[in-house]
Amino acid sequence: MRTNKYMFLGMTQSTLIHVFLMGMALTCLFPIFWMIRCALMSNDTVFVDQAIIPHHLNFSNFATAWIKGNFAIFFLNSVIYTVCVVTGIVIISSLAAFAFSRLNFPGKNFIFYLFVAAMMIPLPGSFVALFVLMNKLHLANTRFGYILCMINVGLSMSILLLKTFFDKMPHELEDAARIDGCGKLGIWWNMAMPFARPAIAVIVIFNSLNVWNEYILATLLLEDTKLMPLQRGLVVFQGANSTDYPVLMAGLTMAAIPIIIIYLTMQKHIVKGISGEVVG
Amino acid sequence: MDSKAKAVSILKNNFQNFLFVLPALSIFCVFYIYPFYKMINLSFYDWRGIGPMNFIGLHNYKELLGDHLWWNSMLHAGYITLIALTFQNALAFALALACDREIRMKRFYRVVFFIPPVLSEIVVGLIWNWILNPGMQNGQYIGFLNHLLFASGFPQLVHNWLGDPKTALTTIAIVHSWKGFGWGFIILLAGLQTIDKQLYEAAKVDGAGARKTFTHVTLPLMWPVMLVVMILTILGSMQVFILIVAMVNEGLVNHTDVPVTCIFSAMENTNRFGYACAQAVIFGFMLVCISFIMKRLSDRAKQG
Repeated sequence: MRTNKYMFLGMTQSTLIHVFLMGMALTCLFPIFWMIRCALMSNDTVFVDQAIIPHHLNFSNFATAWIKGNFAIFFLNSVIYTVCVVTGIVIISSLAAFAFSRLNFPGKNFIFYLFVAAMMIPLPGSFVALFVLMNKLHLANTRFGYILCMINVGLSMSILLLKTFFDKMPHELEDAARIDGCGKLGIWWNMAMPFARPAIAVIVIFNSLNVWNEYILATLLLEDTKLMPLQRGLVVFQGANSTDYPVLMAGLTMAAIPIIIIYLTMQKHIVKGISGEVVG
Repeated sequence: MDSKAKAVSILKNNFQNFLFVLPALSIFCVFYIYPFYKMINLSFYDWRGIGPMNFIGLHNYKELLGDHLWWNSMLHAGYITLIALTFQNALAFALALACDREIRMKRFYRVVFFIPPVLSEIVVGLIWNWILNPGMQNGQYIGFLNHLLFASGFPQLVHNWLGDPKTALTTIAIVHSWKGFGWGFIILLAGLQTIDKQLYEAAKVDGAGARKTFTHVTLPLMWPVMLVVMILTILGSMQVFILIVAMVNEGLVNHTDVPVTCIFSAMENTNRFGYACAQAVIFGFMLVCISFIMKRLSDRAKQG
């Protein structure tokens, strides 16, 4: 009798937990589903047809957004910015982290703590001064200027992460490479970089998400439609066509899907990256 | 002669090593340190972006102290932060507790709960803006939420969520929580999984019930992790901005503006660069203080 009662209690408890978790999972997924659903409707049906699966599917919104809504340009720009910034961050931060970990020069510790301090101090309003500076340097409204600014955003964090990784690299590896005739650059490229692959994976993923989703600097620095990334383009499009919801939803889908796919394929690294940094 | 050659080679070596950090250091100096200095510097000037710069000392700060809109925006951000700290973090903790056991589809939940955080604020804001659409056509509600409320028999709850000053900020705070709880969930779950399961067994042997185990074993051990989540929540929520741009744009200026909106509009709309910088300095200083206090608390918690 007793065991039965406990089994029953255990079962209702686990059902309740599942209902709770499932409810939240649905709340997370529904808006994304709704976005895709509305992207597949036409301007005539989107306001009146509230069926979960629409009666008529319409794929032309994606083409409209891509060609007439300039999303081809926005998408290409986002790809260019993400690739350039992430490559830049990986190379520049790994060079610096390698020097901080393995090489000696005067002022090394001071410079390193400068980067650490920068990570601790949130600077929500420095974009005002950055905007002034970029205009003075004639880098406002250029791809190059935006890329440099975004490299700076990810730099401190990546240097810190890579330095802790390089510190763990065994000295024998380095010595062996030196005997084989590798210079400092050779050791960095042939030994340190492959050794730090897990850390580099984390850096690549988080910075890709960050650059792809960035909005504030893109708004401040890029006025030319030809230079705008997706996030900025979406707001511009919405401002110009505030009632064309199906095409807007098609644009949102194009901005969201790549990031969701990257997330799903890299999901393990992301969880490891977050929990490793905070807990472990 | 020999020692001179040695000194030269050491110098050369140091210089070579320094070249490794040079790219990072120069980007950092130009795009972080200089704007940091310039921000503080500009805050003492009256400057319209072009033309003469008039040094006015602390005048910008004095004006800021009496600026109604600015402190109002601070209150708005504080309100969003409060909801994120309570509602969002409680939800994240409850979900983490629910997932910290042998349960089916655990991986599925873990993957799904982190989807909103990887989406951009623009995407999230525009989707919710559409779901919350207040309009009507042919006697039907356009927005899904109002349609759902109407169809499921709660027509009295149908509301212009983002258009009404009374509900706009709360609605934004809830969407902000929807987007953010996944962070807390992942971190708290990782924290829960580091707790030694033998402690739970020991508590059970000692006759502790589920509630006692929770308050005497789980909570004290989780306190440092919870503080980390709280720091991240406060810093993230105080700086909320893009979500508001995407959800209401400038429709409800006096009811949904936050500090970053104020800084932005001082710069873009009224061209008062000095004043914008003074706001940025004060806001940055407050955030540094908050994170410093929280950091001290969490260090103390870690020492036990």
